[in-house]
Amino acid sequence: MNILVCVKRVPAPGARINITEDGLGVDTAFLGFTVSPHEECAVEQAVQLVEKHGGEVTVLTLGPAEAEEQLRTAVSVGAAKAVLVPITESDWDPQRTAQAIASVITDLENANGKFDLVLFGNESADSCGYQVGIRVALKLGRPMVNGAKGLDIEGSVAKVRRESDAGMEIYLLPMPSAIGVKEGINLPRYPTMKGRLASKKVDVTRTESTGSVGGLKMIQLQRPPERVSNTQILGTGPEAASAVVDLLEELGVFK
Amino acid sequence: MSVLAVIEHDRGTIASASLGVLTAARNLAVQMGTSLEAVTVGTNADALSTVAAQYGATVVHQAHHSALTDFGPEAWGEAVAQVVRKNSPQVVIGTGTERGHEVIAQVAARLDLPASMNCLEFDSSFTGAQPLKVVRARWGGSLLEESEVDAAIKLVTLANHTFEAVESPASASNVVHEVELNDSVMHSFVQDRVERVAGVTLATAPVVVSGGRGVGSAEAFAPLEELAGLLGGVVGCSRAVTNNGWRNHTDQVGQTGTRIAPDIYIACGISGAIQHWVGAMASKNILAINTDKEANIVTKAGYAVIGDLHKIIPAISEEIRRRRG
Repeated sequence: MNILVCVKRVPAPGARINITEDGLGVDTAFLGFTVSPHEECAVEQAVQLVEKHGGEVTVLTLGPAEAEEQLRTAVSVGAAKAVLVPITESDWDPQRTAQAIASVITDLENANGKFDLVLFGNESADSCGYQVGIRVALKLGRPMVNGAKGLDIEGSVAKVRRESDAGMEIYLLPMPSAIGVKEGINLPRYPTMKGRLASKKVDVTRTESTGSVGGLKMIQLQRPPERVSNTQILGTGPEAASAVVDLLEELGVFK
Repeated sequence: MSVLAVIEHDRGTIASASLGVLTAARNLAVQMGTSLEAVTVGTNADALSTVAAQYGATVVHQAHHSALTDFGPEAWGEAVAQVVRKNSPQVVIGTGTERGHEVIAQVAARLDLPASMNCLEFDSSFTGAQPLKVVRARWGGSLLEESEVDAAIKLVTLANHTFEAVESPASASNVVHEVELNDSVMHSFVQDRVERVAGVTLATAPVVVSGGRGVGSAEAFAPLEELAGLLGGVVGCSRAVTNNGWRNHTDQVGQTGTRIAPDIYIACGISGAIQHWVGAMASKNILAINTDKEANIVTKAGYAVIGDLHKIIPAISEEIRRRRG
Protein backbone atom coordinates (compact mmCIF):
# COMPACT_ATOMS: atom_id res chain seq x y z
CA MET A 1 0.00 0.00 0.00
CA ASN A 2 1.19 3.48 -0.82
CA ILE A 3 0.76 6.26 1.68
CA LEU A 4 1.33 9.97 1.28
CA VAL A 5 1.90 12.05 4.40
CA CYS A 6 1.61 15.84 4.20
CA VAL A 7 3.71 17.59 6.84
CA LYS A 8 4.50 21.15 7.86
CA ARG A 9 7.71 22.72 9.11
CA VAL A 10 7.03 24.58 12.37
CA PRO A 11 9.15 26.05 15.18
CA ALA A 12 9.95 23.34 17.76
CA PRO A 13 7.22 23.07 20.42
CA GLY A 14 8.34 24.24 23.82
CA ALA A 15 10.28 27.18 22.48
CA ARG A 16 9.21 30.69 23.38
CA ILE A 17 7.95 32.22 20.15
CA ASN A 18 8.94 35.84 19.63
CA ILE A 19 7.27 38.10 17.12
CA THR A 20 9.24 40.22 14.66
CA GLU A 21 9.15 43.98 15.24
CA ASP A 22 6.66 44.62 12.44
CA GLY A 23 4.35 41.97 13.91
CA LEU A 24 4.14 40.19 10.57
CA GLY A 25 5.95 37.04 11.46
CA VAL A 26 7.79 34.93 13.97
CA ASP A 27 11.39 35.78 14.80
CA THR A 28 13.14 32.63 13.67
CA ALA A 29 16.69 33.70 14.53
CA PHE A 30 17.02 31.45 17.59
CA LEU A 31 14.41 28.84 16.80
CA GLY A 32 14.84 25.19 16.02
CA PHE A 33 12.36 23.70 13.59
CA THR A 34 10.56 20.41 13.52
CA VAL A 35 7.76 18.50 11.85
CA SER A 36 4.46 19.66 13.40
CA PRO A 37 3.68 17.15 16.22
CA HIS A 38 0.47 15.64 14.83
CA GLU A 39 2.19 15.10 11.49
CA GLU A 40 5.22 13.53 13.12
CA CYS A 41 2.76 10.92 14.40
CA ALA A 42 1.18 10.64 10.94
CA VAL A 43 4.58 9.77 9.48
CA GLU A 44 5.13 7.15 12.20
CA GLN A 45 1.68 5.67 11.61
CA ALA A 46 2.31 5.48 7.86
CA VAL A 47 5.67 3.77 8.40
CA GLN A 48 4.08 1.24 10.79
CA LEU A 49 1.30 0.46 8.30
CA VAL A 50 3.79 -0.06 5.48
CA GLU A 51 5.94 -2.30 7.69
CA LYS A 52 2.85 -4.42 8.28
CA HIS A 53 1.19 -4.35 4.88
CA GLY A 54 4.05 -3.56 2.46
CA GLY A 55 4.31 -0.59 0.10
CA GLU A 56 6.02 2.71 0.67
CA VAL A 57 5.60 6.09 2.31
CA THR A 58 5.99 9.38 0.46
CA VAL A 59 6.23 12.60 2.44
CA LEU A 60 5.26 15.98 1.04
CA THR A 61 5.54 19.51 2.32
CA LEU A 62 4.65 22.94 1.04
CA GLY A 63 7.06 25.39 2.58
CA PRO A 64 10.29 27.35 2.31
CA ALA A 65 13.40 25.67 0.87
CA GLU A 66 14.56 24.93 4.42
CA ALA A 67 11.59 22.58 4.87
CA GLU A 68 13.72 20.02 3.04
CA GLU A 69 15.18 19.39 6.50
CA GLN A 70 11.78 18.15 7.75
CA LEU A 71 11.36 15.91 4.70
CA ARG A 72 14.76 14.35 5.40
CA THR A 73 13.73 13.85 9.04
CA ALA A 74 10.71 11.89 7.81
CA VAL A 75 12.96 9.79 5.58
CA SER A 76 15.25 9.08 8.54
CA VAL A 77 12.34 7.37 10.31
CA GLY A 78 11.15 5.33 7.35
CA ALA A 79 9.63 7.40 4.54
CA ALA A 80 10.97 6.37 1.11
CA LYS A 81 10.29 9.42 -1.06
CA ALA A 82 10.14 13.15 -0.42
CA VAL A 83 8.44 15.95 -2.34
CA LEU A 84 8.99 19.65 -1.64
CA VAL A 85 6.54 22.21 -2.97
CA PRO A 86 8.68 25.32 -2.53
CA ILE A 87 7.22 28.71 -1.70
CA THR A 88 9.09 31.93 -1.09
CA GLU A 89 6.88 33.10 1.78
CA SER A 90 6.96 31.33 5.15
CA ASP A 91 3.31 30.35 4.86
CA TRP A 92 0.37 30.41 2.45
CA ASP A 93 -3.25 30.82 3.49
CA PRO A 94 -5.24 27.57 3.86
CA GLN A 95 -7.20 27.81 0.58
CA ARG A 96 -4.09 28.51 -1.47
CA THR A 97 -2.10 25.82 0.34
CA ALA A 98 -4.81 23.22 -0.24
CA GLN A 99 -5.16 24.07 -3.91
CA ALA A 100 -1.40 23.80 -4.50
CA ILE A 101 -1.07 20.53 -2.57
CA ALA A 102 -4.09 18.93 -4.25
CA SER A 103 -2.71 19.74 -7.66
CA VAL A 104 0.70 18.22 -6.84
CA ILE A 105 -0.96 15.07 -5.46
CA THR A 106 -3.04 14.75 -8.62
CA ASP A 107 0.13 14.97 -10.75
CA LEU A 108 1.91 12.39 -8.58
CA GLU A 109 -1.06 10.05 -8.83
CA ASN A 110 -1.37 10.48 -12.59
CA ALA A 111 2.27 9.44 -12.89
CA ASN A 112 2.45 6.65 -10.29
CA GLY A 113 -1.06 5.55 -9.39
CA LYS A 114 -3.27 6.45 -6.46
CA PHE A 115 -2.14 6.64 -2.88
CA ASP A 116 -4.27 4.32 -0.75
CA LEU A 117 -4.08 6.79 2.09
CA VAL A 118 -3.30 10.48 2.27
CA LEU A 119 -2.49 11.46 5.86
CA PHE A 120 -2.42 14.90 7.43
CA GLY A 121 -1.98 16.26 10.95
CA ASN A 122 -5.18 17.22 12.76
CA GLU A 123 -4.05 20.84 12.74
CA SER A 124 -0.68 22.53 12.35
CA ALA A 125 0.96 23.52 15.62
CA ASP A 126 1.71 27.06 14.49
CA SER A 127 -1.25 28.41 12.51
CA CYS A 128 -3.90 26.02 13.96
CA GLY A 129 -6.16 26.31 10.93
CA TYR A 130 -7.81 22.84 11.12
CA GLN A 131 -8.68 22.85 7.42
CA VAL A 132 -5.98 22.18 4.84
CA GLY A 133 -6.36 18.39 4.96
CA ILE A 134 -10.13 18.62 4.70
CA ARG A 135 -9.91 20.95 1.70
CA VAL A 136 -7.35 18.74 -0.06
CA ALA A 137 -9.40 15.58 0.56
CA LEU A 138 -12.50 17.16 -0.96
CA LYS A 139 -10.57 18.29 -4.04
CA LEU A 140 -9.23 14.74 -4.44
CA GLY A 141 -12.67 13.22 -3.87
CA ARG A 142 -11.52 11.13 -0.89
CA PRO A 143 -13.56 10.46 2.24
CA MET A 144 -11.94 12.22 5.19
CA VAL A 145 -12.06 12.25 8.97
CA ASN A 146 -9.89 14.26 11.29
CA GLY A 147 -8.75 13.53 14.84
CA ALA A 148 -7.60 9.92 14.36
CA LYS A 149 -6.23 8.39 17.57
CA GLY A 150 -6.11 4.93 16.00
CA LEU A 151 -5.72 3.71 12.42
CA ASP A 152 -5.69 0.14 11.14
CA ILE A 153 -6.22 -1.34 7.71
CA GLU A 154 -8.78 -4.10 7.33
CA GLY A 155 -8.87 -5.26 3.71
CA SER A 156 -9.77 -2.23 1.62
CA VAL A 157 -11.06 -0.26 4.59
CA ALA A 158 -9.26 2.17 6.87
CA LYS A 159 -10.54 1.78 10.42
CA VAL A 160 -10.19 5.01 12.38
CA ARG A 161 -10.64 5.42 16.13
CA ARG A 162 -11.31 8.86 17.48
CA GLU A 163 -12.00 10.14 20.99
CA SER A 164 -15.09 12.11 21.84
CA ASP A 165 -16.55 13.20 25.17
CA ALA A 166 -18.82 10.17 25.03
CA GLY A 167 -16.22 7.56 24.24
CA MET A 168 -14.17 6.09 21.43
CA GLU A 169 -15.80 6.42 18.02
CA ILE A 170 -15.09 4.05 15.14
CA TYR A 171 -15.12 5.21 11.52
CA LEU A 172 -14.71 2.89 8.53
CA LEU A 173 -13.43 4.62 5.41
CA PRO A 174 -13.11 2.80 2.07
CA MET A 175 -9.69 3.43 0.54
CA PRO A 176 -8.44 5.52 -1.12
CA SER A 177 -9.20 7.86 1.74
CA ALA A 178 -7.73 10.79 3.64
CA ILE A 179 -7.24 10.96 7.41
CA GLY A 180 -6.11 13.64 9.86
CA VAL A 181 -3.96 12.16 12.62
CA LYS A 182 -3.66 13.35 16.20
CA GLU A 183 -0.71 13.11 18.55
CA GLY A 184 -1.07 10.13 20.86
CA ILE A 185 -1.92 7.65 18.08
CA ASN A 186 1.62 6.29 18.55
CA LEU A 187 4.99 7.22 19.96
CA PRO A 188 7.20 8.31 17.05
CA ARG A 189 10.49 6.42 16.81
CA TYR A 190 13.95 7.93 16.75
CA PRO A 191 15.95 7.62 13.53
CA THR A 192 18.37 4.71 13.23
CA MET A 193 21.87 5.04 11.80
CA LYS A 194 20.61 3.42 8.59
CA GLY A 195 17.75 5.92 8.52
CA ARG A 196 20.08 8.85 8.94
CA LEU A 197 22.17 7.67 6.00
CA ALA A 198 19.05 7.21 3.85
CA SER A 199 17.90 10.71 4.74
CA LYS A 200 21.18 12.16 3.49
CA LYS A 201 21.03 10.25 0.23
CA VAL A 202 17.35 10.69 -0.65
CA ASP A 203 16.62 12.74 -3.72
CA VAL A 204 14.09 15.38 -2.71
CA THR A 205 11.77 16.09 -5.65
CA ARG A 206 11.00 19.77 -6.05
CA THR A 207 7.63 20.47 -7.65
CA GLU A 208 6.44 24.01 -8.18
CA SER A 209 2.75 24.59 -7.71
CA THR A 210 0.41 27.51 -7.53
CA GLY A 211 -2.89 28.40 -5.95
CA SER A 212 -5.02 31.50 -5.89
CA VAL A 213 -4.80 33.64 -2.81
CA GLY A 214 -7.65 32.84 -0.42
CA GLY A 215 -9.83 35.07 1.72
CA LEU A 216 -8.14 34.66 5.11
CA LYS A 217 -5.49 37.34 5.50
CA MET A 218 -3.14 37.62 8.43
CA ILE A 219 -2.74 41.24 9.46
CA GLN A 220 -0.40 40.85 12.37
CA LEU A 221 0.62 38.70 15.29
CA GLN A 222 0.23 39.73 18.89
CA ARG A 223 1.44 38.29 22.12
CA PRO A 224 -1.40 37.65 24.58
CA PRO A 225 -1.18 39.55 27.85
CA GLU A 226 1.24 37.71 30.16
CA ARG A 227 -0.32 36.25 33.22
CA VAL A 228 1.63 37.68 36.09
CA SER A 229 0.86 36.00 39.35
CA ASN A 230 1.86 37.11 42.78
CA THR A 231 2.88 33.59 43.64
CA GLN A 232 2.38 32.72 47.26
CA ILE A 233 5.20 30.43 48.37
CA LEU A 234 3.67 28.00 50.86
CA GLY A 235 7.04 26.74 52.03
CA THR A 236 10.11 24.74 51.18
CA GLY A 237 10.40 20.97 51.23
CA PRO A 238 8.16 18.41 53.01
CA GLU A 239 7.56 20.81 55.92
CA ALA A 240 5.20 22.70 53.58
CA ALA A 241 2.76 19.74 53.57
CA SER A 242 0.65 21.19 56.35
CA ALA A 243 0.29 24.55 54.56
CA VAL A 244 -0.64 22.70 51.35
CA VAL A 245 -3.40 20.74 53.07
CA ASP A 246 -4.65 23.97 54.70
CA LEU A 247 -4.92 25.42 51.19
CA LEU A 248 -6.73 22.33 49.89
CA GLU A 249 -9.21 22.70 52.75
CA GLU A 250 -9.66 26.39 52.06
CA LEU A 251 -10.35 25.68 48.37
CA GLY A 252 -12.83 22.99 49.32
CA VAL A 253 -11.08 20.20 47.45
CA PHE A 254 -10.10 18.32 50.61
CA LYS A 255 -13.07 17.21 52.62
CA MET B 1 -29.17 38.71 6.25
CA SER B 2 -28.32 36.99 9.49
CA VAL B 3 -25.66 35.52 11.72
CA LEU B 4 -25.94 31.74 11.71
CA ALA B 5 -24.92 29.68 14.76
CA VAL B 6 -24.08 26.03 14.03
CA ILE B 7 -25.34 23.94 16.93
CA GLU B 8 -23.06 21.06 17.87
CA HIS B 9 -24.76 18.11 19.49
CA ASP B 10 -24.15 14.45 20.14
CA ARG B 11 -27.13 12.28 19.23
CA GLY B 12 -29.44 15.11 20.26
CA THR B 13 -27.57 16.23 23.38
CA ILE B 14 -26.32 19.78 22.92
CA ALA B 15 -22.58 20.45 23.34
CA SER B 16 -22.03 23.11 26.00
CA ALA B 17 -19.77 25.02 23.58
CA SER B 18 -22.86 25.64 21.43
CA LEU B 19 -24.26 27.97 24.09
CA GLY B 20 -21.22 30.23 23.92
CA VAL B 21 -21.54 30.21 20.13
CA LEU B 22 -25.21 31.22 20.32
CA THR B 23 -24.33 34.04 22.72
CA ALA B 24 -21.43 35.35 20.62
CA ALA B 25 -23.47 35.07 17.42
CA ARG B 26 -26.35 36.99 19.03
CA ASN B 27 -24.00 39.76 20.19
CA LEU B 28 -22.60 40.05 16.69
CA ALA B 29 -26.09 40.04 15.13
CA VAL B 30 -27.21 42.84 17.46
CA GLN B 31 -24.11 44.86 16.55
CA MET B 32 -24.84 44.33 12.84
CA GLY B 33 -28.51 45.12 13.21
CA THR B 34 -29.51 41.71 11.90
CA SER B 35 -31.03 38.57 13.36
CA LEU B 36 -29.60 35.45 14.98
CA GLU B 37 -30.45 32.20 13.25
CA ALA B 38 -29.29 28.71 14.11
CA VAL B 39 -28.89 25.41 12.30
CA THR B 40 -29.26 21.91 13.72
CA VAL B 41 -28.31 18.71 11.89
CA GLY B 42 -30.50 15.60 12.05
CA THR B 43 -34.05 15.07 13.33
CA ASN B 44 -32.65 13.97 16.70
CA ALA B 45 -31.63 17.61 17.23
CA ASP B 46 -35.02 19.16 16.43
CA ALA B 47 -35.77 19.61 20.11
CA LEU B 48 -32.72 21.88 20.40
CA SER B 49 -34.67 24.63 18.63
CA THR B 50 -36.08 25.60 22.02
CA VAL B 51 -32.54 25.98 23.39
CA ALA B 52 -31.58 28.15 20.41
CA ALA B 53 -34.67 30.30 20.99
CA GLN B 54 -33.71 30.64 24.65
CA TYR B 55 -30.50 32.29 23.43
CA GLY B 56 -32.23 34.59 20.99
CA ALA B 57 -32.49 32.70 17.70
CA THR B 58 -35.48 33.85 15.64
CA VAL B 59 -35.18 31.15 12.97
CA VAL B 60 -33.86 27.63 13.47
CA HIS B 61 -32.95 25.72 10.32
CA GLN B 62 -33.39 22.00 10.84
CA ALA B 63 -31.38 19.98 8.33
CA HIS B 64 -33.08 16.63 7.82
CA HIS B 65 -31.98 13.45 6.05
CA SER B 66 -32.58 9.84 6.97
CA ALA B 67 -28.81 9.23 7.15
CA LEU B 68 -28.25 11.96 9.75
CA THR B 69 -28.65 9.82 12.86
CA ASP B 70 -25.11 10.16 14.22
CA PHE B 71 -22.11 12.38 13.61
CA GLY B 72 -20.46 12.27 10.20
CA PRO B 73 -18.15 15.20 9.36
CA GLU B 74 -18.70 15.21 5.61
CA ALA B 75 -22.48 14.73 5.78
CA TRP B 76 -22.80 17.38 8.50
CA GLY B 77 -20.59 19.75 6.50
CA GLU B 78 -22.63 19.18 3.36
CA ALA B 79 -25.94 19.62 5.23
CA VAL B 80 -24.81 22.91 6.79
CA ALA B 81 -23.33 24.04 3.46
CA GLN B 82 -26.72 23.55 1.78
CA VAL B 83 -28.48 25.60 4.46
CA VAL B 84 -25.82 28.32 4.13
CA ARG B 85 -26.12 28.35 0.35
CA LYS B 86 -29.89 28.80 0.55
CA ASN B 87 -29.88 31.53 3.20
CA SER B 88 -26.62 33.42 2.61
CA PRO B 89 -25.94 34.47 6.19
CA GLN B 90 -23.22 37.11 6.52
CA VAL B 91 -21.41 35.22 9.28
CA VAL B 92 -21.49 31.55 10.26
CA ILE B 93 -20.13 30.65 13.71
CA GLY B 94 -19.27 27.11 14.82
CA THR B 95 -17.92 25.62 18.04
CA GLY B 96 -14.17 25.53 18.63
CA THR B 97 -14.20 21.81 19.36
CA GLU B 98 -12.88 18.89 17.36
CA ARG B 99 -16.26 18.40 15.68
CA GLY B 100 -16.91 22.13 15.37
CA HIS B 101 -13.65 22.88 13.58
CA GLU B 102 -14.17 19.89 11.34
CA VAL B 103 -17.72 20.83 10.31
CA ILE B 104 -16.80 24.46 9.58
CA ALA B 105 -13.76 23.29 7.59
CA GLN B 106 -16.05 20.96 5.60
CA VAL B 107 -18.47 23.81 4.93
CA ALA B 108 -15.57 26.05 3.89
CA ALA B 109 -14.16 23.44 1.52
CA ARG B 110 -17.58 22.76 -0.02
CA LEU B 111 -18.38 26.44 -0.59
CA ASP B 112 -14.76 27.37 -1.34
CA LEU B 113 -14.87 30.05 1.34
CA PRO B 114 -12.16 31.12 3.80
CA ALA B 115 -12.54 30.04 7.43
CA SER B 116 -10.95 31.47 10.55
CA MET B 117 -10.72 29.06 13.47
CA ASN B 118 -10.50 29.71 17.22
CA CYS B 119 -11.64 33.33 17.20
CA LEU B 120 -11.48 35.26 20.46
CA GLU B 121 -12.75 38.65 19.31
CA PHE B 122 -14.69 40.18 16.46
CA ASP B 123 -14.31 43.75 15.19
CA SER B 124 -16.79 45.85 17.13
CA SER B 125 -17.41 48.14 14.14
CA PHE B 126 -18.35 45.28 11.80
CA THR B 127 -21.68 45.85 10.12
CA GLY B 128 -21.73 43.00 7.61
CA ALA B 129 -20.58 44.68 4.42
CA GLN B 130 -16.82 44.85 4.90
CA PRO B 131 -14.29 42.06 5.57
CA LEU B 132 -14.57 40.75 9.14
CA LYS B 133 -11.58 41.48 11.34
CA VAL B 134 -11.01 38.87 14.02
CA VAL B 135 -8.45 37.99 16.66
CA ARG B 136 -7.75 34.29 16.62
CA ALA B 137 -5.59 31.96 18.66
CA ARG B 138 -2.48 30.44 17.13
CA TRP B 139 -0.09 28.04 18.78
CA GLY B 140 -2.98 26.77 20.88
CA GLY B 141 -3.39 30.26 22.34
CA SER B 142 0.22 31.23 23.02
CA LEU B 143 0.14 33.73 20.14
CA LEU B 144 -2.74 35.77 18.83
CA GLU B 145 -3.30 36.61 15.21
CA GLU B 146 -5.23 39.58 13.98
CA SER B 147 -6.69 38.59 10.65
CA GLU B 148 -9.31 39.47 8.14
CA VAL B 149 -11.93 37.16 6.65
CA ASP B 150 -12.70 38.55 3.22
CA ALA B 151 -15.69 36.81 1.64
CA ALA B 152 -19.40 37.37 1.22
CA ILE B 153 -20.04 34.71 3.86
CA LYS B 154 -17.60 34.68 6.78
CA LEU B 155 -17.01 31.28 8.38
CA VAL B 156 -15.48 31.18 11.85
CA THR B 157 -15.21 29.01 14.93
CA LEU B 158 -15.13 30.38 18.43
CA ALA B 159 -12.25 29.53 20.77
CA ASN B 160 -13.65 27.39 23.55
CA HIS B 161 -14.44 28.95 26.95
CA THR B 162 -14.07 32.52 25.66
CA PHE B 163 -17.71 33.54 25.63
CA GLU B 164 -19.87 32.94 28.64
CA ALA B 165 -23.34 31.67 27.74
CA VAL B 166 -26.01 34.28 28.45
CA GLU B 167 -29.67 33.62 27.67
CA SER B 168 -31.87 36.15 25.91
CA PRO B 169 -35.14 34.45 24.97
CA ALA B 170 -36.82 35.06 21.62
CA SER B 171 -39.53 33.23 19.79
CA ALA B 172 -38.18 31.14 16.97
CA SER B 173 -39.76 29.63 13.91
CA ASN B 174 -38.43 26.35 12.60
CA VAL B 175 -37.61 25.83 8.95
CA VAL B 176 -37.08 22.23 7.86
CA HIS B 177 -34.56 21.63 5.07
CA GLU B 178 -34.62 18.23 3.39
CA VAL B 179 -30.96 18.14 2.42
CA GLU B 180 -29.59 16.03 -0.39
CA LEU B 181 -26.63 13.86 0.48
CA ASN B 182 -24.89 11.82 -2.17
CA ASP B 183 -22.75 8.71 -1.66
CA SER B 184 -19.54 10.70 -1.41
CA VAL B 185 -20.41 11.97 2.09
CA MET B 186 -21.72 8.68 3.45
CA HIS B 187 -18.38 7.03 4.26
CA SER B 188 -17.34 9.03 7.28
CA PHE B 189 -20.16 8.41 9.75
CA VAL B 190 -19.51 7.09 13.23
CA GLN B 191 -20.00 3.33 12.79
CA ASP B 192 -19.66 2.28 16.37
CA ARG B 193 -18.84 3.77 19.71
CA VAL B 194 -17.21 2.36 22.79
CA GLU B 195 -18.79 4.39 25.59
CA ARG B 196 -16.46 5.89 28.16
CA VAL B 197 -16.43 4.15 31.50
CA ALA B 198 -18.17 6.43 34.00
CA GLY B 199 -15.80 8.32 36.23
CA VAL B 200 -13.77 11.48 36.22
CA THR B 201 -11.75 12.30 33.14
CA LEU B 202 -8.80 14.63 32.81
CA ALA B 203 -11.02 17.25 31.17
CA THR B 204 -13.65 17.19 33.96
CA ALA B 205 -11.68 16.26 37.11
CA PRO B 206 -11.90 18.74 40.03
CA VAL B 207 -8.29 17.99 40.97
CA VAL B 208 -5.43 17.20 38.59
CA VAL B 209 -2.05 16.15 39.95
CA SER B 210 0.37 16.42 37.09
CA GLY B 211 3.99 15.37 36.71
CA GLY B 212 6.70 16.53 34.36
CA ARG B 213 10.23 15.58 33.47
CA GLY B 214 11.19 16.18 37.09
CA VAL B 215 9.29 13.07 38.19
CA GLY B 216 12.05 11.01 36.58
CA SER B 217 10.40 7.71 35.68
CA ALA B 218 7.11 5.92 35.10
CA GLU B 219 7.35 4.24 38.54
CA ALA B 220 7.91 7.56 40.29
CA PHE B 221 4.35 8.56 39.39
CA ALA B 222 3.02 6.26 42.15
CA PRO B 223 2.99 9.00 44.84
CA LEU B 224 1.17 11.33 42.40
CA GLU B 225 -1.42 8.59 41.81
CA GLU B 226 -1.82 8.22 45.56
CA LEU B 227 -2.34 11.96 46.13
CA ALA B 228 -4.78 12.22 43.22
CA GLY B 229 -6.68 9.24 44.65
CA LEU B 230 -6.92 10.85 48.10
CA LEU B 231 -8.36 14.02 46.54
CA GLY B 232 -10.75 12.31 44.12
CA GLY B 233 -8.71 13.59 41.20
CA VAL B 234 -6.71 12.21 38.31
CA VAL B 235 -3.07 12.24 37.23
CA GLY B 236 -1.91 14.29 34.26
CA CYS B 237 1.49 14.86 32.72
CA SER B 238 3.52 17.06 30.41
CA ARG B 239 4.60 16.24 26.85
CA ALA B 240 8.13 15.39 28.02
CA VAL B 241 6.64 12.55 30.07
CA THR B 242 4.64 11.15 27.15
CA ASN B 243 7.67 11.42 24.88
CA ASN B 244 9.69 9.41 27.39
CA GLY B 245 7.00 6.73 27.35
CA TRP B 246 6.37 7.10 31.11
CA ARG B 247 2.65 7.70 30.66
CA ASN B 248 0.01 7.37 27.99
CA HIS B 249 -0.80 10.37 25.81
CA THR B 250 -4.36 10.37 27.17
CA ASP B 251 -2.87 11.86 30.38
CA GLN B 252 -1.13 14.71 28.57
CA VAL B 253 -2.12 18.27 29.45
CA GLY B 254 -1.33 20.91 26.83
CA GLN B 255 -1.76 22.21 23.31
CA THR B 256 -1.56 18.78 21.71
CA GLY B 257 -3.08 17.02 24.72
CA THR B 258 -6.08 17.83 26.89
CA ARG B 259 -7.25 21.29 27.98
CA ILE B 260 -8.15 21.12 31.65
CA ALA B 261 -10.07 23.39 34.03
CA PRO B 262 -9.93 21.80 37.52
CA ASP B 263 -10.52 23.56 40.86
CA ILE B 264 -6.86 23.00 41.54
CA TYR B 265 -3.99 21.96 39.31
CA ILE B 266 -1.02 20.56 41.20
CA ALA B 267 1.94 20.74 38.80
CA CYS B 268 4.91 18.71 40.03
CA GLY B 269 8.31 18.95 38.37
CA ILE B 270 6.86 20.75 35.38
CA SER B 271 8.73 23.74 33.97
CA GLY B 272 5.64 25.16 32.31
CA ALA B 273 6.61 25.59 28.67
CA ILE B 274 4.03 27.64 26.82
CA GLN B 275 2.52 24.61 25.06
CA HIS B 276 1.86 23.02 28.44
CA TRP B 277 0.63 26.26 29.97
CA VAL B 278 -2.08 26.82 27.34
CA GLY B 279 -3.60 23.47 28.33
CA ALA B 280 -3.53 24.29 32.05
CA MET B 281 -4.27 28.02 32.15
CA ALA B 282 -8.03 27.59 32.59
CA SER B 283 -7.41 25.94 36.01
CA LYS B 284 -9.06 27.89 38.83
CA ASN B 285 -6.03 27.51 41.11
CA ILE B 286 -2.52 26.32 40.42
CA LEU B 287 -0.06 24.91 42.93
CA ALA B 288 3.43 24.37 41.54
CA ILE B 289 5.85 22.03 43.25
CA ASN B 290 9.29 22.59 41.84
CA THR B 291 12.94 22.73 42.83
CA ASP B 292 13.40 25.86 40.73
CA LYS B 293 11.64 28.91 42.09
CA GLU B 294 12.28 30.70 38.80
CA ALA B 295 10.48 28.04 36.70
CA ASN B 296 7.77 29.46 34.41
CA ILE B 297 5.07 27.48 36.12
CA VAL B 298 6.09 28.83 39.55
CA THR B 299 5.93 32.44 38.39
CA LYS B 300 2.50 31.89 36.84
CA ALA B 301 1.00 29.78 39.64
CA GLY B 302 -1.00 31.25 42.51
CA TYR B 303 0.77 28.97 44.99
CA ALA B 304 4.08 27.18 45.07
CA VAL B 305 6.15 24.87 47.22
CA ILE B 306 9.87 24.87 46.50
CA GLY B 307 11.70 21.60 46.84
CA ASP B 308 11.91 17.96 45.82
CA LEU B 309 8.54 16.64 44.70
CA HIS B 310 9.60 13.10 45.66
CA LYS B 311 9.68 14.16 49.32
CA ILE B 312 6.91 16.77 49.27
CA ILE B 313 4.12 14.74 47.64
CA PRO B 314 4.31 11.78 50.07
CA ALA B 315 4.36 14.32 52.93
CA ILE B 316 1.14 15.92 51.63
CA SER B 317 -0.56 12.52 51.33
CA GLU B 318 0.61 11.65 54.83
CA GLU B 319 -0.79 14.92 56.20
CA ILE B 320 -4.15 14.28 54.48
CA ARG B 321 -4.35 10.80 56.01
CA ARG B 322 -3.36 12.17 59.43
CA ARG B 323 -6.11 14.80 59.37
CA ARG B 324 -8.67 12.27 58.23
CA GLY B 325 -7.63 10.11 61.17
